[in-house]
Amino acid sequence: MSIVDTIRAGNEAQQGLKPRSELTARELLREVGSVLRLSEADAAKLGDVPADPNEDQTMIINMGPQHPSTHGVLRLMLELRGEEVLRCKPIIGYLHTGMEKTGENLTFMQGGTNVTRMDYVSPLNNELVFSMATEKLLGIDGDIPERAVWMRMLLSELNRMSSHLLFLATNGMDIGAVSMMIYGWREREEVLRFFQKVTGLRMNHNFIRPGGVAADLPAGWRDDVLKLLDLIPPRLEEYDTLMTGQPIWRERLQGVGVITAQEALALGATGPILRSTGTAWDLRRDMPYLHYPEMDFDVIVGSYGDAFDRYAIRLNEVRESMKIVRQILDRMPGGDYRIQDKKVTPPPRARIDESMEALIHHFKIFTEGFKVPEGEVYTAIESPRGEIGCYIASDGSATPYRIHVRAPSFVNIQCMPHMLRGGLIADAVAVISSVDPVLGEVDR
Amino acid sequence: MSDAPAAAPDEAVSAPEPPSRHGCPLSDSRGQVVLHPSRQQYVGVVRALLDEGFEMCVDLTATDYLLFPERSLPVEITPERFEIVVNLLSLSAKERIRLRVQVPADDPSIDSLFDLHPGTEAMEREVFDMFGITFNDHPDLTRILMPEDWEGFPLRKDYDTGTIPVQFSTDFGARS
Amino acid sequence: MSLIKDVRNDGLGGLEHNVITARIEDLVKWSRSRSSWPASFGLACCAIEMMATGAAHYDLSRFGMEVFRASPRQADIMIVAGRVSQKMAPVLRQVYDQMMEPKWVISMGVCASSGGMFNNYAIVQGVDQVVPVDVYAPGCPPTPETLIHAIETLHQLIEDGHLMKRRAESGAGANVHVQEIPAGAESIPVLLGTR
Repeated sequence: MSIVDTIRAGNEAQQGLKPRSELTARELLREVGSVLRLSEADAAKLGDVPADPNEDQTMIINMGPQHPSTHGVLRLMLELRGEEVLRCKPIIGYLHTGMEKTGENLTFMQGGTNVTRMDYVSPLNNELVFSMATEKLLGIDGDIPERAVWMRMLLSELNRMSSHLLFLATNGMDIGAVSMMIYGWREREEVLRFFQKVTGLRMNHNFIRPGGVAADLPAGWRDDVLKLLDLIPPRLEEYDTLMTGQPIWRERLQGVGVITAQEALALGATGPILRSTGTAWDLRRDMPYLHYPEMDFDVIVGSYGDAFDRYAIRLNEVRESMKIVRQILDRMPGGDYRIQDKKVTPPPRARIDESMEALIHHFKIFTEGFKVPEGEVYTAIESPRGEIGCYIASDGSATPYRIHVRAPSFVNIQCMPHMLRGGLIADAVAVISSVDPVLGEVDR
Repeated sequence: MSDAPAAAPDEAVSAPEPPSRHGCPLSDSRGQVVLHPSRQQYVGVVRALLDEGFEMCVDLTATDYLLFPERSLPVEITPERFEIVVNLLSLSAKERIRLRVQVPADDPSIDSLFDLHPGTEAMEREVFDMFGITFNDHPDLTRILMPEDWEGFPLRKDYDTGTIPVQFSTDFGARS
Repeated sequence: MSLIKDVRNDGLGGLEHNVITARIEDLVKWSRSRSSWPASFGLACCAIEMMATGAAHYDLSRFGMEVFRASPRQADIMIVAGRVSQKMAPVLRQVYDQMMEPKWVISMGVCASSGGMFNNYAIVQGVDQVVPVDVYAPGCPPTPETLIHAIETLHQLIEDGHLMKRRAESGAGANVHVQEIPAGAESIPVLLGTR
């Protein structure tokens, strides 16, 4: 079948949105009402789609997968009545990379390279959750050296800052403040420059590995971080002037994409979406990991569950992350940057020339990989998008038997049909942007 | 909910009652609580846990134990080829719990959790797409990640990764 | 008559100083290379680096390329940034077919060039199986310097005219591989204003 035939035939008809007229009453009720754990009376009130579809002509249009306003290759099928969105269905899978299958063939040392490319906007968080799950399986999660833990926290918070700056940039551009794209990326470059100095790469670092981190912080890192912390607050004030207080911005985002706490919990949404509904749930505070219990920071919570709340939450989370980074700066201890367990971490390069045992360990770790005792764990941390979890089942060999990453954006995308219902199509772009999906982790 | 009994010094003689919760065996995996309901008990247990306060279903996935059938399970559970793994979260109690349900290879189907936890819609579609396990009464059980006409279920262990051997045809000399 | 002579010879303001003559062919190639608009086809991590290249620090607009056209009909270059999955391949071909001639393709990153680290069932092992590629930019993701190097290589090829000749003969792309420019150990300080 030639490529032209493939294009004409493949319409994802089964995966697409069926027109309203072809849905039975029960199907529509499930789609509209019962999903929200509401009573049938409340559900009927919500589903104010026209009873007789012949009366109002509805139109099904397709948005994406290649579209400037979607964050990556997300395809939305929208059923419209004029400008009003009645129903919506996101179709994903355009970036499916088979990472979970590839992960079964990579050793636990190499797993970081695979996992880091899922949520490519906050790669260090992916590596962190994978490393924490591996360490739990190995049983060394209590023995990670202090410096490694603090370094992980520092990098994780800086990554949260760079991810939220990217959100501010793309959100601004999607709403129409196109210069925001330039400003947000300008700040992000500063953070990426620090990452490049520490990890060697701007993105997809593979730096946080099971047992600690890959290398120590370079000399002069404190000055670099202080420079960052001095640079960003005045720029955030600029964003407040440009966006937060501005009437056009508020008109476009307030009351748009509203979701209630009940809906968010029913759909499994976490992160800024859940916090915008008023539910104060942040894994860093409620089920803490690393040294977050010792950090003094606030969990930002919204009240209306609309897109403006989500924007404001992320903007203020940058400020909170800076607060945490300042505390880490003061308290970073010295010591090892990775656990000294010879079976897990490779020896320093100099030792390989001296000791035969070091050479053998190096060889075994990098070719065969270290064996992880059998079992299965699920570890979760708070990524900028919500709860990211890593489920690893090990069969005692050097590669995971099954690795599954619970991606926050995969679950958050399910909120979109509910946020879009009854809104205008122009708001669709604002809503997608406020959900802040990263298609790499949605499709994995 | 019965707590785990204290270990008797001579366990081989007096077998203590195994821990259970909502009628299913309970086990401990690296400090995490795991329940093992059967397929018939599955939805009932999830509903009971929902009433107990586990209001969010964080993750629903599956594992194909074709190549590792001898994994450790409580003795009263018969291992099957597939396992559905559900992670639940209670925000009020700040607790997690995991469910592992055995699904046989000759009848890979199980009830859907959609009516209890609507957030499982996409997760169950992914499990169907990757493993071929069907969910009864799911509103829209179609492929989600692969193209709709794809044949085969990629994450099964008898499905090859599809690695293409790479032949380096150019002689790359010393890097300049 | 003398009026015309005055205008022609009017020192620096005259026609003889303000008129450039060249072959149309050269002018066309020059303008194509200096103002080639990319079609936005950012897929994954490389898209983030592509956006960073278009941002203020590594400015693409000095090469005439900051306007990423959403509509492929208005675009000249398609930068395939990211891994192309099996489901996306027909979409990629469709967008490529919608672009008007002359069009060029830069395959950005190792996933687009060869499948990258994902040698499995889900990823097309190189977009050159779907579209003809002119320049391959390696890296995972390529640093903005590498992408600019690839873009400038393409611009040079356009300006020299070699690409159009080869395309007319065989329909194939130029298949030029550029060397990766790694992220510098010495970061170059950039003054971004003193506010």
